[in-house]
Amino acid sequence: MEKYIQAPLDEETIKDLRAGDFVYITGTIYTARDAAHKRMSEALVAGGALPIELRNNIIYYMGPSPAREGRAIGSAGPTTSGRMDRYTPALLDIGLKGMIGKGKRSGEVKEAMVRNGCVYFAAIGGAGALLSKAIKKSEVIAYEDLGTEAVRRLEVKDFPVIVVMDADGNDLYERAAE
Amino acid sequence: MRTIRTTEITEQIKEMCIEANYFLAPDMKQAIEDAASAEETKIGRHILGKLCENMKIAGDDGIPVCQDTGMAVIFMDIGQDVHFEGGDLESAINEGVRRGYREGYLRKSVVGDPLIRENTKDNTPAVIHYQIVPGDRVKITVAPKGFGSENMSRVFMLKPADGMEGVKQAVLAAVKEAGPNACPPMVVGVGIGGTFEKCAILAKKALTRPVQEFSELPYIREMEQELLEKINQTGIGPGGLGGNATALAVHIDTYPTHIAGLPVAVNICCHVNRHAMRVV
Repeated sequence: MEKYIQAPLDEETIKDLRAGDFVYITGTIYTARDAAHKRMSEALVAGGALPIELRNNIIYYMGPSPAREGRAIGSAGPTTSGRMDRYTPALLDIGLKGMIGKGKRSGEVKEAMVRNGCVYFAAIGGAGALLSKAIKKSEVIAYEDLGTEAVRRLEVKDFPVIVVMDADGNDLYERAAE
Repeated sequence: MRTIRTTEITEQIKEMCIEANYFLAPDMKQAIEDAASAEETKIGRHILGKLCENMKIAGDDGIPVCQDTGMAVIFMDIGQDVHFEGGDLESAINEGVRRGYREGYLRKSVVGDPLIRENTKDNTPAVIHYQIVPGDRVKITVAPKGFGSENMSRVFMLKPADGMEGVKQAVLAAVKEAGPNACPPMVVGVGIGGTFEKCAILAKKALTRPVQEFSELPYIREMEQELLEKINQTGIGPGGLGGNATALAVHIDTYPTHIAGLPVAVNICCHVNRHAMRVV
């Protein structure tokens, strides 16, 4: 099924998404990858505030290449999600609703997704030039010193993804491997 | 004796870093297009079609094919009759990487210390493999390597008794474990023999061989073909979402080894298998 949705997410939208759906996201999403996850996790442990509001939001696991003059962003495809698994359940438990990346997730992440009603999307790995076309605006909002790993707020229009794991725990990768 | 200015090396490496990241070599491009027309699943065809579109946008609009523009792996095959002048070679190579990644708007993905993890902000240092060869030329191969697939690569220290069957099982195990993480369709580089480090370098270099150029050794060629077929029967498919095209090629290189060992390295590369080659 092809579906057009808005970000941030709401409960109705998430309930309607099934593993295997082709989804086009419009709205605001955030980027964070390894180093930003480590910092956010340390901030949570220390009882501090996170640089972004996670509630109902989507994190895109992505570190772009630099933008040329006059462009919103450089190449901007997904990185491997599994490296974020250690930090992810804690973020899902405080309201993160969606993730965009590529590759397998751990059992702990799946459990936390089902527990909290969340969705995991895959963008096409290695298609960073194509995906950059759906990103209309990009702004670094935290951890600027991390370079490409800084947290960015992105405005996206019909950003193409595929639902890999839905809120009921259906997993498209498992189906593919069968 | 032939003299080469190291500034010439810097300039070549700079250009090659940029070229490799914006344009896949014709053999890779052809292999992806061929896979797209041969793919039997709908989702697989969809993804391969998008990868073709992506390559076109990268070249036309000047956006790297993939945002992970890699750690610069550089093979320097240096003729023994070459004399370098104008500063040390290693600094010249790294200067080329520095300029290429800056001027080419490529991502800086290198941290200076693996544990402290501060980004060097210029993508240096490169990983450089020097080899002294006959002649008075320098063959430079620049192969920026992304880490989605690098992380799924493996070394197996097999026993001689494991034999060819053991090698095949090891390659298949690595590919299955890699699955969607390695951005299939992959290119699989395999090094058999040598020592712990030698097999890994063989596997890395095997990735720079033109796709679907098979080994000259008949039994290795057979193994390459058989493994490619078996990998494409796993069902992993493009993007790991199911389909036929899980790998575009399997390249195996071998080297003599010790009576007690059978080292095997499997270096997995995604479909953005970048390599630029020039002779100076």
